[in-house]
Amino acid sequence: MKQASLVLGIAVFAILGSVSVARPRPTLAPPADDKNSGAATVNIDNFSFGPAAVKIAAGTTVTWTNKDDVPHTVVADDKTTFKSKALDTDEQFSFTFSKPGTYHYFCSVHPKMTGEIDVQ
Amino acid sequence: MSDSKYIKHNLDRDGVDRRGFLKCMAWAGTGALCVLQGGVLKSFALSDITKQKVGNLQGDLSFVQISDSHIGFNKEANPDVTATLREAIAKINALPTAPSFVLHTGDLTHLSKEAEFDTLAESLKALRTDRIFYVPGEHDVLNDNGEMFRQRFGSQAQGDGWYSFDQKGAHFIGLVNVMNLKAGGLGTLGSAQLEWLEKDVAALKSSTPVVVFAHIPLWAVYPQWGWGTDDSEQALSYLKRFGSVTVLNGHIHQTMQKVEGNVTFHTACSTAFPQPQPGQASSPGPMKVPADKLRSVLGITDVNFVRSKHTLGIVDSSLA
Repeated sequence: MKQASLVLGIAVFAILGSVSVARPRPTLAPPADDKNSGAATVNIDNFSFGPAAVKIAAGTTVTWTNKDDVPHTVVADDKTTFKSKALDTDEQFSFTFSKPGTYHYFCSVHPKMTGEIDVQ
Repeated sequence: MSDSKYIKHNLDRDGVDRRGFLKCMAWAGTGALCVLQGGVLKSFALSDITKQKVGNLQGDLSFVQISDSHIGFNKEANPDVTATLREAIAKINALPTAPSFVLHTGDLTHLSKEAEFDTLAESLKALRTDRIFYVPGEHDVLNDNGEMFRQRFGSQAQGDGWYSFDQKGAHFIGLVNVMNLKAGGLGTLGSAQLEWLEKDVAALKSSTPVVVFAHIPLWAVYPQWGWGTDDSEQALSYLKRFGSVTVLNGHIHQTMQKVEGNVTFHTACSTAFPQPQPGQASSPGPMKVPADKLRSVLGITDVNFVRSKHTLGIVDSSLA
């Protein structure tokens, strides 16, 4: 019985294999220190960052998109770690977080708008 | 809008509100005339006074405040902000008495672009006066800390763009509260400007009428939306000894008035697009109104001083 199912399994593999022959073998998950491992997005909409708090792995690139009719900025609280120009409607800003830590940021045009990126 | 939105004769010899707190909101679509007497504001529905009272208020000095032109904005709330600015200018030029000067209380442009500043400056050349005083809004200082703004519109200013001047016995002070804003905070004047202000008014007689103008309101209109200035109380403390202080702001794209002691606060309409009443929307973004209603929510503010009577009248009028 065990023998039979193994044969069937090989047969099924052969059929599937024939249609996916060009597909590369699945690779291992990237190591945690990979610098280009992922992406996350934050929308700026209705005078707020959404989501306001994002948890990411080190090396992740976060992209903000302004969906409002008015310009906004994305500026780290220390005003140096990252700082976008004024983003008009639909304009984007990206920053890659390579070091773990919690990064608080705000819109320097409307400072009541705040957000945070938690880098693991 | 119903007339009940206006305070018609609220401070007429009743002896109650005079010492207290008056908050009068003149919402879009109409206007209000406000008369300041020794720090006390009288406010009338414009419809009540248009014929007989306006003439009484023409005094030694009249000037006009415009605000929030947002040149460069082209979204649904107003696809042609240059056209509505031109209409505001035509309205100013049609006033029975030409104003001594015009104050622009900031957000000349939407994105601080050179071409936007060009359009603003070109448009204002049509004014019957060439004396225009500016303070920046946050939209004028977006990417260069206001350098271009100061080069073009604040060449005589100090620091981030503050200055003062005297006109017919009244002292005018332009303040900047849109720079170096901190996360989670409101508008900011900063210690250097506050020090300057204290010195600027030190030598003035207490009887001098003082007019302060700045972009973001110098009173807490609605802090949840950033409609206030963190250190405005300190600024106002330097003005406590003066009998008549008028504070003119923009930023909130609607008219609102308040009296607190010797200080009358007033915010002006935008010439570009309206914003919602405090807390009446999920955010303070541009408010979309039907095209045929737009001009009723944009406008100018005409201010008249009658020095001998120590009075000041403020008239808001819409572009409709």
